[in-house]
Amino acid sequence: MEPLTWTGGLGTFLVPLFYLFCAIGALGVIALFVLPLVIAEDTSGAAILKRGPSDHAASVIQWAFLGLVGVLVIYTVVAIFGPYGIGGIIGEVGARFLPVWIALIVTFALSITFKRKLGLYGKLFDSPIGMIGFGLVMFWVFTAIFADLVMTHDPLSQVSGMKNKKPGHPGGEGLVGHYLLGGDALARDVFSRMVKGSQIVITIAPLATLFAFMVGITLGLPAGYFGGFFDTLLSFLANLILAFPVILLFYLLVTPEIVLTGLPTFMAMVLFLFPMIFLIILFNSRYFIKPQKRNLLIAGVLIVGFALYLSLISDQTRPQPLWVDFVPASLDLFNIPGGILIVFVSVVFVNSPTVFRIVRGLVLDIQTRDYVAAAQTRGEGPWYIMLWEILPNARGPLIVDFCLRIGYTTILLGTLGFFGLGLPPESPDWGTTINAGRRLLSAFPHPAIVPAVALITLVLGLNLLADGLREESLKD
Amino acid sequence: MGSFILRRLGVMVLTAFCLTFIVFFMTNLFPNLEKLAKTQGNFRMSEAEVTSWLEDRGYLQPTLVKYAEWVGVKPGYLTVDAENDRYVGRCVRPGVALEDTPRYCGLLQGNWGFSSVFKEGVSDIVWKRLGLTGYLMFWVMLVMVPGALIVGVLAGMREGSRTDRTLSTFSIASTATPEYVSGVIFIAIFASSAFGLKWFKGSATKAMEEPTLENFTLPVITIALYGLGYIARMTRASMAEVMTAQYIRTARLKGVSFRNIVMKHALRNALIAPFTVIMLQIPWLLNGVVIVETLFNYKGFGWLLVQAAGNNDIDLLLACSVVAVVVVLVTQLISDIGYVFLNPRIRVS
Repeated sequence: MEPLTWTGGLGTFLVPLFYLFCAIGALGVIALFVLPLVIAEDTSGAAILKRGPSDHAASVIQWAFLGLVGVLVIYTVVAIFGPYGIGGIIGEVGARFLPVWIALIVTFALSITFKRKLGLYGKLFDSPIGMIGFGLVMFWVFTAIFADLVMTHDPLSQVSGMKNKKPGHPGGEGLVGHYLLGGDALARDVFSRMVKGSQIVITIAPLATLFAFMVGITLGLPAGYFGGFFDTLLSFLANLILAFPVILLFYLLVTPEIVLTGLPTFMAMVLFLFPMIFLIILFNSRYFIKPQKRNLLIAGVLIVGFALYLSLISDQTRPQPLWVDFVPASLDLFNIPGGILIVFVSVVFVNSPTVFRIVRGLVLDIQTRDYVAAAQTRGEGPWYIMLWEILPNARGPLIVDFCLRIGYTTILLGTLGFFGLGLPPESPDWGTTINAGRRLLSAFPHPAIVPAVALITLVLGLNLLADGLREESLKD
Repeated sequence: MGSFILRRLGVMVLTAFCLTFIVFFMTNLFPNLEKLAKTQGNFRMSEAEVTSWLEDRGYLQPTLVKYAEWVGVKPGYLTVDAENDRYVGRCVRPGVALEDTPRYCGLLQGNWGFSSVFKEGVSDIVWKRLGLTGYLMFWVMLVMVPGALIVGVLAGMREGSRTDRTLSTFSIASTATPEYVSGVIFIAIFASSAFGLKWFKGSATKAMEEPTLENFTLPVITIALYGLGYIARMTRASMAEVMTAQYIRTARLKGVSFRNIVMKHALRNALIAPFTVIMLQIPWLLNGVVIVETLFNYKGFGWLLVQAAGNNDIDLLLACSVVAVVVVLVTQLISDIGYVFLNPRIRVS
């Protein structure tokens, strides 16, 4: 079989168009920065109504960008409907993501239609930056969901003769006859590994951030509200953890030797308790005067929580069993491999002190508001005030920070992978693949570049999303 | 002011002791010691041999005792085997006779211990590597700080303008690109045969002796880029806040030109906050240094940290963490003091 070229049969027509739009866009960017220096700015009131030179430059950039996207869309559409190989590598990769595109279009169409009824989420669709960010993030979320449909080959199987092959090399037994983005040093398909890796990143990063928020909120609220010795102690501990260089902490925590000592399980035992504590206090303070409803809710949290908690921390197959491993197997619903657990726990551990500090600062600020004083006068309990008066009013900065922190957690996961810590070496997650690819970087860059670009787009998407949310939430 | 600094110094020392004790505890967990014994001795040692190897060298004493020995308030562990004229212990160095071996050898005696990987005194290695990293950091700062300030001031002086939006997006993109990603992309584009540019070298090993533009640019740019975005955003926020202040409006109404408003009135006040941020950013750069030195094979402090941690070289790792912690705490202190000095509106007590 012929190797695939980047552009396939469409190249003769679309490649010049592609370069043309690139050139126009570059000119626009230069104009945007040079024009205000060359042409004296008209600062009179009338200038605000007129479109100045930089406005024109900006719209040129916008159109060039749309043109580029248009070219890529043509590639993808032709590759979806045309015979295999006509769109080249670009088209075929685009076509593989078909389920993702459909899901994205449906999401955007529904959200834009009902955006006035969707609160802050709907307002996100008023800001182009926020929309681009949301699009990038949802792209990877849908890729993780539909990974099995998008992948072309098995991400772990090695095919002889495909070692370090260039993108578009024919071979491998899969849904398509080529390694679309080439083969890595162990002759595995780079494209499929990148897609499979998104599953690991998209599951661990938001979940770890959520746990870090639970820990940070549960400790930060009382620290800020009550102050005193408890606050001093916790702040000292938080600063202690923050003074650790993250990489040193990872090197100390995330090693096979530490997993053997059972330390990650002990940390998990402590850290995983916090979500349960948080939910119990949350419901208890809200429905304290309706004991029936409260008991029902708390019983539900306890049953579900303990089932998950025991499943999370116990592992009957551990070589040196700890006491938690003696729970009956019927209570142990699933096992988390030691490597993933330690990665998860250490990421939560690194993130929670920062969340703690943010929450504490917010509480100190909001505490002085009138509605808190009103609640205190009404005789509400301290936990009710913290969780149902202060916390909802701190949601804006917390949501923005949550988005940013998922991005930061993704970077941390990549760092762990980059140093080969925690996850097994054959794991397709992006950090590990970058680490594997960097050894032959100057000769065969593609195995490292593909996951690197994937990681950037996800983190960039999360950052843009946070920026859009911040902008929109400040508007009210 | 004096009592403020004293109190901060007290907290610093306490933090440093807590942190080193944590590192000490983690590196002295039994599986880690077992690994140490096997890498130092021989990989096929049986469990009994491992235990006797560790027992011989005093690794099996209680952690607190060993920590006290490391600090230098307890005499170092010493086993003397008189029959074979063999002696091992904390203070024993190759080529030093038993009579000349000091009893105490800890931090208080100025002895940082002996690296089991490099077979050299820890303080020599750390100073040498710190020098190399210091040189790298100097260039990073030289690129990053002016770049970030220019970007931030340009973006913040007209909040919401086109320039602001473009530059802010650039800052966001740069904070979203961790060093291991930008480094890989830079090497692939500028140093690999696949793109054929080959402007720079993908390895900075040679830069340790003779740094040139060719082998030193990529590591410097890689570290600088990640920090640049964050500082630029903070500068932008501070600049934008200053530009809405009353005295700027007064200057505007008096007819001062925009250039003069920015250069003479706004800039000085807007640069107070970025100073703190730059100081607090230095510990974060340490992460970047570890990644970039590993990626480009530049054998500085970050590379040393990875070697020490990977081989469970206890003394070296402790020294590295002391250095890292001191860097973090000192920069925090400087940023606090500097903030007070730069901003006359704030008084300490």
